[in-house]
Amino acid sequence: MTLVGQSTPLIDWDWVGRNLDQIVDRTWQHLGLTAISVLLGLVISVGLAVVALRWRWTYPPITWVTGLLYTIPSLALFALLVPIVGLNATNAVIALTSYTLLIIIRNLVAGIDGVPASVMEAADGMGYTRQGRFWRMEVPLALPAIIAGLRIATVTTVGLVTVTAVLGLGGYGFFILRGLNTFFWTQILVGVVLSVVLATLLDVGFIWLERLLSPWARRGR
Amino acid sequence: MADDVMIRLENLRKVFPGSPRPAVDDLSMEIGRGECVTLIGPSGCGKTTTLKMINRIIEPTSGQITIDGRNAMSIPPHELRRSIGYVIQQIGLFPHRTIAQNIGTVPALLGWDDTRIYDRVEELVETVGLDPEMLGRYPSELSGGQQQRVGVARALAADPPVLLMDEPFGAVDPIVRKHLQAEFHQLQDDLGKTVVFVTHDVDEAIFLGNRMAILEMGGVLAQYDAPEKILAEPASPFVERFLGGERGLKRLALLPVKDAGLARGPFVDVTAGPDEARRVMEANSVDWLGLLDGDRLLGWVDGSRVGSSPLRELEPRPFLVTLDSEDSLRTALDAVVTGHARVAVVVDNGMYRGMLDLEAIAGEVTE
Repeated sequence: MTLVGQSTPLIDWDWVGRNLDQIVDRTWQHLGLTAISVLLGLVISVGLAVVALRWRWTYPPITWVTGLLYTIPSLALFALLVPIVGLNATNAVIALTSYTLLIIIRNLVAGIDGVPASVMEAADGMGYTRQGRFWRMEVPLALPAIIAGLRIATVTTVGLVTVTAVLGLGGYGFFILRGLNTFFWTQILVGVVLSVVLATLLDVGFIWLERLLSPWARRGR
Repeated sequence: MADDVMIRLENLRKVFPGSPRPAVDDLSMEIGRGECVTLIGPSGCGKTTTLKMINRIIEPTSGQITIDGRNAMSIPPHELRRSIGYVIQQIGLFPHRTIAQNIGTVPALLGWDDTRIYDRVEELVETVGLDPEMLGRYPSELSGGQQQRVGVARALAADPPVLLMDEPFGAVDPIVRKHLQAEFHQLQDDLGKTVVFVTHDVDEAIFLGNRMAILEMGGVLAQYDAPEKILAEPASPFVERFLGGERGLKRLALLPVKDAGLARGPFVDVTAGPDEARRVMEANSVDWLGLLDGDRLLGWVDGSRVGSSPLRELEPRPFLVTLDSEDSLRTALDAVVTGHARVAVVVDNGMYRGMLDLEAIAGEVTE
């Protein structure tokens, strides 16, 4: 099966063999950019969620701003950041992080809000302090929603990292961009397939993490 | 006398922000040690607010709460609550914790060591009638009735002297509710906790309360007395209306058969002769005869057969309705009416105690 000309095979396995080192390097880059962005997104989101939960009126503006960030096309955001931070990893991480905020904050707040009032009242009635109740009841009960948020944010980020190829980064996106420029199908396919595989693996990892941390959520009913 | 009071509420008042009228206004009442007091009244009468002020889930606007001689307002709320059992209608089990962990909540908060908590949990599972196999499960894996038992066990875990219950059986189906009520009644007899029990079910309030506090709108105490007293003498038209119809029937439910005037009835010993037998039937103006062997109940025979042969040789038929002397008069009435029997015979372990007919029961209603 061939796509371009009779003589060019779809996958040039020789190329893959010759470039294994580079594929491994780009894997680390892809993972690194994803991990830093999601973790940074989580830290900022926790801060914003704490504010939103304590002062409810701040929640609509917070979702409005993060929602606005979410709508900016990624290519445009990278370009917008170039004059400010330059053409580098900082640029990529800022942009990628900003895309995770909306998803993570919404799941954090929804998770905490979703703790049934009866559980809160019973916890109070048993004699939990406010802090004790937050850490022993609200956080563990919100965990499935929080992990669901991280899961979506992570899978989205894995996809977006490929776009950072325009900044000279890109993880697997590097192969996709170069392949497009040279009409070299093997590179495009390697970039796309590995990116999808990585996203799937991380997705499965989060499902596994959720089962490990919230065994109660999948039993009964 | 003061030592016998477990909970004292003095001039308790709660005004919710933005509400023109107080939810509870100047309520004072005393609850005795080991007493089960049911709080009842129409929606919005402040019964739940009153209950929740005792463990300060709701902070009173003003007034005094004393529990076991201690001023509840001077103790940090979380410490106060660890010494008060709390059961709510929605149960509020912690979904992420196993049944064992749920039950052990307060002991864990109090810093008991694991072995002690474990022993206590095992003991409680038996107390409330749960299968120990459920200890490792999560709340969502249990039925509503089982969950409510766990809720009660959790409230009892640290052996608090006081138990607050907010419509605890309101969310389960009527059959399970009856079960839970009977079990709780028994449990209360065994444990002798001081219980404040909010309900909107008059029958439940009557059945479980040593005393019953009827609240009017605004937390005004309309009447506070033993259920049989309130049923016999409602203090106001409001109380009378609130208790609703069947006040006499509800009172019957509280009276044991043994307290009603049991009649001897047309009963004779099998050794009696035909003349005595006919005389007894005539005196009772009936055409049947109950047969006894000493105190032991044998059954009854039709009047027409008396005299045909000695009483001992007649084959007596069993009574349709027999009651235990601890059964309530309401049970007796129900048995007589639904059993189409003319009389209910009271028997304890085969020994004849007396009999009741419809007229005798009706006499108790109007009394």
